Amino acid sequence: MLMRDLSRPLETDIPADALLEVQHLTMRFGGLVAIDDLSFTARKNEITAIIGPNGAGKTTVFNCLTGFYKPTVGRLTLNHPDKGPFLLERMEGFRIAQKADVARTFQNIRLFSRMSVLENLIVAQHNRLMKASAFSLAGLLFMKRYAKAEKEAVELAKYWLDKVGLYERADWDAGNLPYGDQRRLEICRAMCIQPALLCLDEPAAGLNPRESLELNDLLMSIRDDEGIGVLLIEHDMSVVMQISDHIVVLDYGRKIADGDPLAVRTDPAVIKAYLGEDEDEAIPEDIVQDLGLSTRTGGTKQGDGGNA
Amino acid sequence: MLAYFLQQLINGLTLGSIYGLIAIGYTMVYGIIGMINFAHGEIFMIGAFVSVIAFLVLGALDITFIPLALLVVLLAAMVFTAAWGWTVERLAYRPLRGSFRLAPLISAIGMSIALQNFVQISQGARVKPIQPVIQGGVVLFTGDEGFTVVMSYLQIFIIILTVVLMAVFTWIITRTSLGRQQRACEQDRMMAGLVGVNVDRTISLTFVMGAVLAAVAGLMVTLQYGVVDFYIGFLAGMKAFTAAVLGGIGSLPGAMLGGILIGLIEAFWSAYFTIEYKDVAVFGVLVLVLIFRPTGLLGRPEVEKV
Amino acid sequence: MAGPEANVTAGPDSDGRAPMQGGINLAEVVKESAIAAGIAGLLSLPLLGLHAANVGAQLLLRTRWELFFAAVAVVFVGRFVLALFRDRRKRPSHGPSAFDRTLHVIHERMLVIGIVALVAAVILPFTEWGGDRYIIYTATTFLIYVMLGWGLNIVVGLAGLLDLGYVAFYAVGAYCYALIATHFGWSFWVVLPLSGLFAAFFGVILGFPVLRLRGDYLAIVTLGFGEIVRVILINWYDVTNGPDGIIGIPRITFFGIEFRRGEGTFADLFGLDFSALHVMVFLYFVILVLAVITNLFTQRMRKLPTGRAWEALREDEIACRSLGINPTNVKLSAFALGAMFGGFAGSFFSVRAGFISPESFTFIESAIILAIVVLGGMGSQLGVVIAAAFVVVMPEVFRQFEQYRMLMFGGAMVLIMVWRPRGLLAFRSPTILMHPKDGKKTIVLKKEGA
Repeated sequence: MLMRDLSRPLETDIPADALLEVQHLTMRFGGLVAIDDLSFTARKNEITAIIGPNGAGKTTVFNCLTGFYKPTVGRLTLNHPDKGPFLLERMEGFRIAQKADVARTFQNIRLFSRMSVLENLIVAQHNRLMKASAFSLAGLLFMKRYAKAEKEAVELAKYWLDKVGLYERADWDAGNLPYGDQRRLEICRAMCIQPALLCLDEPAAGLNPRESLELNDLLMSIRDDEGIGVLLIEHDMSVVMQISDHIVVLDYGRKIADGDPLAVRTDPAVIKAYLGEDEDEAIPEDIVQDLGLSTRTGGTKQGDGGNA
Repeated sequence: MLAYFLQQLINGLTLGSIYGLIAIGYTMVYGIIGMINFAHGEIFMIGAFVSVIAFLVLGALDITFIPLALLVVLLAAMVFTAAWGWTVERLAYRPLRGSFRLAPLISAIGMSIALQNFVQISQGARVKPIQPVIQGGVVLFTGDEGFTVVMSYLQIFIIILTVVLMAVFTWIITRTSLGRQQRACEQDRMMAGLVGVNVDRTISLTFVMGAVLAAVAGLMVTLQYGVVDFYIGFLAGMKAFTAAVLGGIGSLPGAMLGGILIGLIEAFWSAYFTIEYKDVAVFGVLVLVLIFRPTGLLGRPEVEKV
Repeated sequence: MAGPEANVTAGPDSDGRAPMQGGINLAEVVKESAIAAGIAGLLSLPLLGLHAANVGAQLLLRTRWELFFAAVAVVFVGRFVLALFRDRRKRPSHGPSAFDRTLHVIHERMLVIGIVALVAAVILPFTEWGGDRYIIYTATTFLIYVMLGWGLNIVVGLAGLLDLGYVAFYAVGAYCYALIATHFGWSFWVVLPLSGLFAAFFGVILGFPVLRLRGDYLAIVTLGFGEIVRVILINWYDVTNGPDGIIGIPRITFFGIEFRRGEGTFADLFGLDFSALHVMVFLYFVILVLAVITNLFTQRMRKLPTGRAWEALREDEIACRSLGINPTNVKLSAFALGAMFGGFAGSFFSVRAGFISPESFTFIESAIILAIVVLGGMGSQLGVVIAAAFVVVMPEVFRQFEQYRMLMFGGAMVLIMVWRPRGLLAFRSPTILMHPKDGKKTIVLKKEGA
């Protein structure tokens, strides 16, 4: 009875304000080291961006976080605001979403394309509905409690569909939506599991500039209104620089910088590895102005490690 | 009892060689287009029938010089069976490439049923017996209880032929341009097409190669058991597929290894336990392998693409 | 999925030949047909042209050149006609074909059609056909396949798990009733639920280790399982009586009242003259009720979290995992429930036949049930009925072609897959609507969006 649940760390292990604490994460595929001793933290009410050149190991970090890969080494602590801490590396894939409330989207959109938009969002609430319907039994017997739970699920879906302007098309097959809408729907679906941490894998990929701006608004509203942490992989620097509160830069699986957008922007290591030597060209005009690039505040470059 | 054991070992190896040859057809097709060619067992059955008929034709032509007869029958079985393998792919699988996941598999099941019944109707449902072609053997060893270990000339023929074919196929896959194209298609069919590999032709040739090996296996079974019927493809196909999975699907040496293991399991199970349940034993092994080592013995671990 | 790959591998006409515009290139078509005929010759020479005839214990070589040349000629002409049509078909068509539209209308009127069909099924025994034992017998067989199709539809159509050993659960149900009834004399009505539970239990036992496997492995393991069950039935003499099967299985009762002559029997109680037809009609209604229950159950499940998870799993397992859905449990529930209905149907089969043997539970039976699900349209309940009618009724109509039955059956599976890879009725209605009023409109919109 007093046995400690191994997926729950001791209280003392966790820094007070971190929602997600990644410590010494290493992932090897055979001889290839995809992530090398990565440590960072992500906080509630913040958008944390992970950036880096292609092949830097960004998606691998996500796959470790969401249980698709088992990390070779490392500790991934999710400090759930309501349910307490979870050690994600010890949890079976689907349980990370089920218990620890970590939701994710995919680089290549993975919708249930032959199901309707609304059904996609209802499926996302599977666990809540299963509980409410006593594993579907209550529903099979046409009991009120399931009807009620389903109605609530539809309400939540409606809330998110309204937010992204898909309400009118709620009965379309998800696969028939235009690309940009599919991206947004995938974010809605992830939000429907009511996550504590939302992991977005390149949400702006393939969007046009207008859609990209709308995405910024959506993500900022998720951060501000839902009170959750957002972890973001993104290539589109205009998105990253405008909405991130905190940026982690990876190169060849190693962290080369970690800090706020301004600090990262001006970090020489980042400029060298990621933005290229010819910095002015890589930076959108408005950011150049916003940052007042002439000031050149020194980056808070950290070595790897964090708090071991 | 050592003698008895050795005899079973030889029998198992022979049987395993046959399964291995069929298994290669499964493994190559799976490697290149990722589908279970369910009709492959029937291709093997057709190979056996062609062998029987070729022997009859030679008999009618009064060709009795055994090495020549074997060579002619081998070539005839290869050519005609290859044509069947090619046609099956062309008619039932190629139109479904890129279609939804289960479609080719179901088409393959349909093809298997159709081929089995086609042969049943065209050649009759009764078993086809042929006269033993290769007789005699060498006594390797006489055990304490007077039990002699015999390796028949037929078993020697089967094992040598298998080794030769394996060598030739390994050479084709690793050294020739066809093999390179196959491996390219295996990795990324679309990219292979873009850099100028004729994907359709490569896939067709894969089916042809699989059918050729199945034809040889068909000939071996005809010689070994002396009887053939339209139903032999089903079980042999199942076991060969099991062998391919056991060895690690997609891997050629794996298919051969798996085939030999399945042959040995079957021989020893029949010898020491009950012959009735030998098929159950084989499938039991399949399930255990899939549970504990889903990639098979020599298969590469699969990293899930997310 | 079909998109980029289709460009690279678009078939034989993509080897760089210029597209034929306007008139048909006759020389080209003749050449193509000749090549096809040549291949047909190569294929049919050993198997059609030559025949290893069994004469006594010997084999004799016979030739059948007329058959050989006929086959070659048929292929030549067939290919020629096909090539002519193909060129015409290549022109871009506008919108869905008339056939597609008809199917779509059928799909939209599903509820009406279902009710009409059900009413027709209920009154059938009371019409003049109802007096025909052969018709009632065939209709009962048809309903068994409908029920099996609906049961397997849960596994294959909804959850997308390819089960090639479904007949094993059918066998478990059948032997369950046969053994319990012959040994302990329990009534069919007691054993029926038991056999369903027993089959579901078998489903869980098999499913638990293998459902983690990739789709095609699952197919082969279920196929193997089907064979294992059959091998055990054949060899476990003490219990199953081996290949001879079990005879004298107690007949069905009208909830305890027997169908016999004499006092206290069904005919006596209802003041009817005894007729052997009574029990057949009763059996017909029993399977009709069982099948309808299967259907209603499935329809309801689709609207419940478990059913929605089945379909989501069929669409994308990885996405399911990212949403916290336990794939193993979801698969297991589909597998077990599908098996349960197989078990019900099995015990019905054995009470109707009064005799069962392993012969009835071969792989071909699994393939037929799978074909019913797939040809009808994966996940479509009405499709199952249409396909079951095709599979059961067609062979009855074409009795003189009995020996070609399985050949045509296999060929039809290939043709229908090539023609419509998702089956006849490959439409799907959402299980819940945000805007129920204009449901029709959205369907139209969907077509445009596609």
